[in-house]
Amino acid sequence: MHALLEVDDISLRFGGVTAIDSVSFEVREGELFAIIGPNGAGKTSIFNSISQVYRPQSGDIRWKGASIMGTRPDRVARLGVARTFQNIELFSHMTVLDNLLTGRHIRMTGSFLAGALWVGKAKREEIEHRRKVEDIIDFLEIEGWRKHPVALLPYGIQKRVELGRALAMDPEMLMLDEPVAGMNLEETEDMARFILDIRRELGITLLMVEHDMGLVMDIADRVMVLDFGRRISEGSPAEVQRDPNVIAAYLGSTELDTSTAE
Amino acid sequence: MLGRPRLYTAYRQEAQLLPTWTQKVVCTLFVAVLFLLPFDLPVISHIPLVRFLGDSDWMRPMALLMVLAIAALGLNLLAGVAGQVSLGHAFFMGVGACTAVYLGGSSGEATWGHGLPIWIWLPGAGVVAALVGVAVSPVAVRLRGLYLAIVTLGLVFLGIHFGNTSWGRKIAGPPALGREFPGLDVRLWKEETPLINVEDDGHWLWFEVTDLQKRYLFLLVLTIAFTLVAKNLTRTRTGRALQAIRDRDIAAEVMGVPEFRYKVIAFAVSSFFAGVAGALFSALSQRILATDFGLFLSVEFIAILLIGGAGTTSGTLIGTFFVVMVPQFVEEFTKWLDRAEGGLTELLARFLLTEGDDFGIINTAIQTPGWTLSVFDWNIVLFGALIVVFLIVEPLGIFGIWVRVRNYWKRWPFSY
Repeated sequence: MHALLEVDDISLRFGGVTAIDSVSFEVREGELFAIIGPNGAGKTSIFNSISQVYRPQSGDIRWKGASIMGTRPDRVARLGVARTFQNIELFSHMTVLDNLLTGRHIRMTGSFLAGALWVGKAKREEIEHRRKVEDIIDFLEIEGWRKHPVALLPYGIQKRVELGRALAMDPEMLMLDEPVAGMNLEETEDMARFILDIRRELGITLLMVEHDMGLVMDIADRVMVLDFGRRISEGSPAEVQRDPNVIAAYLGSTELDTSTAE
Repeated sequence: MLGRPRLYTAYRQEAQLLPTWTQKVVCTLFVAVLFLLPFDLPVISHIPLVRFLGDSDWMRPMALLMVLAIAALGLNLLAGVAGQVSLGHAFFMGVGACTAVYLGGSSGEATWGHGLPIWIWLPGAGVVAALVGVAVSPVAVRLRGLYLAIVTLGLVFLGIHFGNTSWGRKIAGPPALGREFPGLDVRLWKEETPLINVEDDGHWLWFEVTDLQKRYLFLLVLTIAFTLVAKNLTRTRTGRALQAIRDRDIAAEVMGVPEFRYKVIAFAVSSFFAGVAGALFSALSQRILATDFGLFLSVEFIAILLIGGAGTTSGTLIGTFFVVMVPQFVEEFTKWLDRAEGGLTELLARFLLTEGDDFGIINTAIQTPGWTLSVFDWNIVLFGALIVVFLIVEPLGIFGIWVRVRNYWKRWPFSY
């Protein structure tokens, strides 16, 4: 299994605040890699750096061996990197269907002129991609919400629509930013099932940030732990759970100095 | 009992512009009525409210309505669909009108012009306005919301100023006087007799039509074409990308929508619409006047979007109808009251109308002494009040009201 995404020693600073401090990791093809850590540890900043919304000051991020540093966010998306957001970032005035079709944007090629005249490829494409989007609607079991504006939907459904929008991009790697934040047990289990299905049926590599330890320990292959922007541990869920540095970061400790960890 | 509703069995059916039979029939009838409206046909004349539209008095506002509708559709794409509120729409109309008169006008001592036919100056007006729009669009990438509105507002004043410069006078004519504008006649090149005569009475095919009727039909065809283009753009890939940028610009980029390119497209298309509409606007009065394309016109478009329903094509059309026609209705209503004799209407006239000093609120005298306002002033008050009311009560405008009414009847007798 070779590395799909390599994050090599990146650092990100906002003025005097160091959000990410020399973090390195790699995501291998087909695995489910989780990033955990206390609030403000820099997890979402790593996501934003990978999608190039933030530009790390140093280090390198490579996708399939080629550096993506300095690439525009929409180009990164075209490479096959999709993501969801911690606080739902759906296009709130659009319907579920239109949100998912916007996810298909990078897979569509019809020109805007052909679209304006409703001829040729742009017209055929609308119907072809509608079919693809219906598959996703079916997969995520949101058939009943198709034509609703997303702003009116319940929170759990909105999370699912956002997952669907990312899936519509046909990504090779999907980054999930707290997919079950604020959900009850039943909704969490539903989401866990979708995540496992995405991996098994669609063969998409997953990179996940999550606070729900139960979920992470159950479904992740490897886990990286961040604290104050630095990597304090990495390994299988069981290994990470036993790591004294991790326990110290979450529960506090007087004996261990987290800065010595590597 | 009614059977099962007609369900869609193919995506192609659902992707149609008018997916249901009711919509198809209603829309066809509506367009047919629009085409037959200018003629004194007995059938059309019996539709209530339509009768007085047959009078040639009403052809002028209808023509203006259609021209403003084209411009409003353009602004809707930029401000309603892509969320980039621009107060500079009148400026782009002015650019279109100037281009048109430069290409199509006659050259003289004090004026520049090439005397080219309409099939060059009308698209040319759109294209040049679109290019200016593209040049302005990088500003929109750095600014949003109120700041963009203020910057685009500056364009309007630049435009008025340009009209006062020596170049501006050569193109738009002397200030406050303007310059003659080419008519809508379609010529192949610069020949004397036009291929299609729009500006004089005459006959088309086997029908006798007046110049007003010809102009109405000419504009109607153009308006329908622009409406279709606007609607198609909104419902396809480009429209979704623009809406995505409006709702969440960063998320849109992460989904693979290049923000810069789509903002440029939004400005270009919107300015194209404005440019064509600007050229037609001046062609209606056959005179271009730089000061016509001022702040008031820009604000009128914002009012159209707010009253009709920003972001929707049909809402924009309804809004234009409202903004252009309501003053006409009020004026006509006052005239009708003034003429009224006996019965309730005269009583109403007593209460509402005044000649200056007695009881009433609408002043029908030529001068308006005292605190009462003339019909014209009342129209401006009404206009402002409507914007305030719609913003507070129904931000989605008339379109929003329509959706609520429709949903009520769809669900009836259930409340949700």
